[in-house]
Amino acid sequence: MMRIAAGIIAAVLAVAGFADAGEKRAHRVAMPVVKIEKGETCVAPTEEMRRDHMTMLLHQRDRTLRQGLRDSRFSLKNCVDCHARRDTGSVLGKDGFCASCHSYASVSMDCFECHTPVRQSRAASASR
Amino acid sequence: MSLDRRQFLRWGAAAAAGAALAPGIRLIELAQARSPQEAASALQRWGLLIDITKCTDCDVCVTACHEENGVTGHGRPETDAQWIRKVHLRDKRTGYAQTLPFMCQHCEHPPCVDVCPTGASFKRDDGIVLVDKHTCIGCRYCVMACPYGARSFIHETVSGQKADAPRGKGTVESCTLCVHRVDRGETPACVQACNRDGGKAMVFGDLNDRDSAIHKRLRTEPSSQVRPDLALNTGVRYQGL
Repeated sequence: MMRIAAGIIAAVLAVAGFADAGEKRAHRVAMPVVKIEKGETCVAPTEEMRRDHMTMLLHQRDRTLRQGLRDSRFSLKNCVDCHARRDTGSVLGKDGFCASCHSYASVSMDCFECHTPVRQSRAASASR
Repeated sequence: MSLDRRQFLRWGAAAAAGAALAPGIRLIELAQARSPQEAASALQRWGLLIDITKCTDCDVCVTACHEENGVTGHGRPETDAQWIRKVHLRDKRTGYAQTLPFMCQHCEHPPCVDVCPTGASFKRDDGIVLVDKHTCIGCRYCVMACPYGARSFIHETVSGQKADAPRGKGTVESCTLCVHRVDRGETPACVQACNRDGGKAMVFGDLNDRDSAIHKRLRTEPSSQVRPDLALNTGVRYQGL
């Protein structure tokens, strides 16, 4: 009888130990840093943005390039304008808004192979 | 006030008739200013007229273009991108020398669009020939097909791009006629620079608009296309060539 009870206790402890290890493993990957630098609300509710921002960008890019419809609402420029870090002015790099989430989710993005990840100040573009 | 369907339709017809009373004015308005909500349309065809007799030995157009679009090189002229360049012509017998800016000629029938296997090279409805770098696979067929040598391939990783002119390794690019500026209602950077600091040799405008300066000049003065034998109907025209 004692032996069976000891066995059960050992099994419970082992399972708890595994669960603990799993939790530790999850925390080994740094959680994404979501820090909103500018503006009160995004162009759509947060849940929608999380799920569909790539679709919005995809459609906007074709409209802009092929039809010349430069509606700024879903433009990548608009994203970068609000979400770039205040100190680096970029959405990439450590704790960058785009980079930190994408590295957490292990999803590569090609936007910034061509597009600039740096916020362009409106004053600079106006004076040019 | 309640509105029945018949009355609504009658009012709608009256409004349409009112709009049609002044069709000329309406069309000109459409052709000149385009709101950000309005797509580029075939009512317009953007073009350039370059008077070579006024073109001086400067290169402000090249500098302005490369500054505006963030076109930077690595000091390797063989492979560095070139959106616009100054071409120097010299008659061998008489020694008469000319210089002119040369860039994508924005053809009506662009060979670069014909050969593109992915549809990345395309002509916008208002006649501006562009590369969709999202679908460009860097095959460089268009570079071969262009009779004007206007396209460049980006061989090396790019950084420090301008927000309005994305550029990336492995894609082809060329003069965009400063499409981002045109959509804002401005003239291309080269034209602005030439009229400010250069020989005032360039005119930008709508080739379809009879009231535009470029249309008037083309209608009343002699001008030529480069390689007219190819029948590409270029959007960039030259005077004094």
